[in-house]
Amino acid sequence: MDILTYLINGISLGSVYAIIALGYTMVYGIAKMLNFAHGDVIMIGCYVVFLTMSEQGLPALLAVLLSVIVCTILGISIEKIAYKPLRRATPLAVLITAIGVSYFLQNATLLLFGADTKAFTSVISLPPLKLAGGQLSVSGTTIVTVSACVLIMIALMLFIKKTKAGQAMLAVSEDKDAAQLMGVNVNATISLTFAIGSGLAAIAGVLFCSAYPTLTPYTGSMPGIKAFTAAVFGGIGSIPGAFIGGILLGIIEILGRAYISSQLSDAIVFAVLIIVLLVKPTGILGKKLHEKV
Amino acid sequence: MSKMKIRSWNKNTKNQLITFGMVIVAYLVAQLLAATGMMSSLMQGLLVPMCTYSIVAIGLNLCVGYLGELSIGHAGFMCVGAFFGAFSTKLLEDVIPNPTLLFVIALLVGVLAAALFGFVIGIPVLRLRGDYLAIVTLAFGEIIKNIVNVLYIAKDSSGFHFALSDGNAIALSEDGMWLINGAKGITKIPHLSSFTAGIIIILISLALVYNLVNSRSGRAIMAIRDNRIAAESVGINITKYKLLAFTISAAIAGAGGVLYAHNLSTVTATPANFGYNMSIMILVFVVLGGMGSFRGSIVAAVLLTLLPEVLRGLKDYRMLIYSIVLIGMMLFHWAPKCIEWRQKIAGRVQKNTKKEAA
Repeated sequence: MDILTYLINGISLGSVYAIIALGYTMVYGIAKMLNFAHGDVIMIGCYVVFLTMSEQGLPALLAVLLSVIVCTILGISIEKIAYKPLRRATPLAVLITAIGVSYFLQNATLLLFGADTKAFTSVISLPPLKLAGGQLSVSGTTIVTVSACVLIMIALMLFIKKTKAGQAMLAVSEDKDAAQLMGVNVNATISLTFAIGSGLAAIAGVLFCSAYPTLTPYTGSMPGIKAFTAAVFGGIGSIPGAFIGGILLGIIEILGRAYISSQLSDAIVFAVLIIVLLVKPTGILGKKLHEKV
Repeated sequence: MSKMKIRSWNKNTKNQLITFGMVIVAYLVAQLLAATGMMSSLMQGLLVPMCTYSIVAIGLNLCVGYLGELSIGHAGFMCVGAFFGAFSTKLLEDVIPNPTLLFVIALLVGVLAAALFGFVIGIPVLRLRGDYLAIVTLAFGEIIKNIVNVLYIAKDSSGFHFALSDGNAIALSEDGMWLINGAKGITKIPHLSSFTAGIIIILISLALVYNLVNSRSGRAIMAIRDNRIAAESVGINITKYKLLAFTISAAIAGAGGVLYAHNLSTVTATPANFGYNMSIMILVFVVLGGMGSFRGSIVAAVLLTLLPEVLRGLKDYRMLIYSIVLIGMMLFHWAPKCIEWRQKIAGRVQKNTKKEAA
């Protein structure tokens, strides 16, 4: 039964990675940039929930909603202030700016709320599910996390397929200039992408902190980088890819922690990233991009 | 006669001489201040860290400014240098009594190890580009840190003992000593670093990188940075030159690590000293000093280390300032509005100088 428990934990963690990876993969597909600050938006989302729910006593659902709104606004502002002026800059400059934004969010939070670890109260109060005659217990957090992940994935895919805004996103990711000529508002589409990605980051953050209830200004950076690994693993730019990559990475991490070494679990995840990039840089479901001179 | 000679030197040589001169003058001034007692002990304590940061910044600048690839794992190479250097010192401490020789050997070991890691990591990493390369260097940096934390090496009369992840696996006899004790790192390292040693390493690193960037290889490296496909089509071996630059960059970071380790009595691999934060801090020095300007890197490293200490009130805001520097520099350089504004200012200055000339 041990292995089953690990697998369930892995899928639970993987679902969180998958939701975060969606933010990376959408932004990467459309703005062609690695939004390094994505992980820190997650952390901000957690702080919002912590402050409103644990300290002010707001109901959990309202706190989560508030956190989604704050993160969405934050995501749009980051894009407007830091990334938009750099549309024509070299990729190196954009990457350095993104690192700067990530660092800024971490340290601003550090100054505002201090470095001490906050004990995060889980927003989920669902009783654990007993399976196989009580031998296997699936926690409420796991159930909510996995169902949230599946729901978000389906909603997002429908959004992109069925709505005009979704089609515009697809068009911009394909060819920005051509989309503009066809009357797509590129700037608005990029803003929308950041808004959706950041809103999802807030949900992912709350789920992550419900499972691992410690909150510091650095909480977001590690899951952020790992979720990027998941996005690359599944094929960057692909939404189902982010899902598959996230789940696989979650399972690999939990199994690695259980069977190899708990201290080396981060190293194992990063080794996966390196191997994927070397063997199949486009990931499991990624498209191959041709380079033009 | 001597004036004519200076004029006939090309711009590069002059530029290099200014940098070397600046470092030497800074050294002499600092020594003078220390000797006359005008420098507080706090400032004296900052001298070696300033050298360390300058050295690693020089190394990273070679990678970012000339190779055009962003590495956010240079703290990992620093870590390799620090641990290999300190390890060699611990091992040879009883055999070699001369501290200078001991430090030189540690330096060589650390630099060679960092270069080797740079080379081995560079082979897969440099096949990638841009964002991917950056994130993989970050991953390697974290892996190095992770592995160092689970490494146990000890020595006693019956020889060496190794263990991974479990230090209790080593049954050490009484005369034994720990060389690397997992997360506790290397302890009781003799204090071999000095300001003079730091300055000498800076000068050697500068000589190395200046020679490299002004050589045929250096021009090849810059050609790859400016247009990889064009460089490849004129027959430049991309892999070879990228590896060359990356390896040297890693080796210099390793030298910084050796200096860093021998300035402390205990060296551990924590996120604070060899993690992501250190890599970012060095990147800030490189970006603020100007990508491609080694002199700028040194000036930025010294200024940004000094400022928070001199203005105590700023100390808490140090990291926040770093991040604003990163974003601000990029926006200043690339944002269309800033470019317009810069041109306007430049135009006005030009007009003024013309008027004065007339």
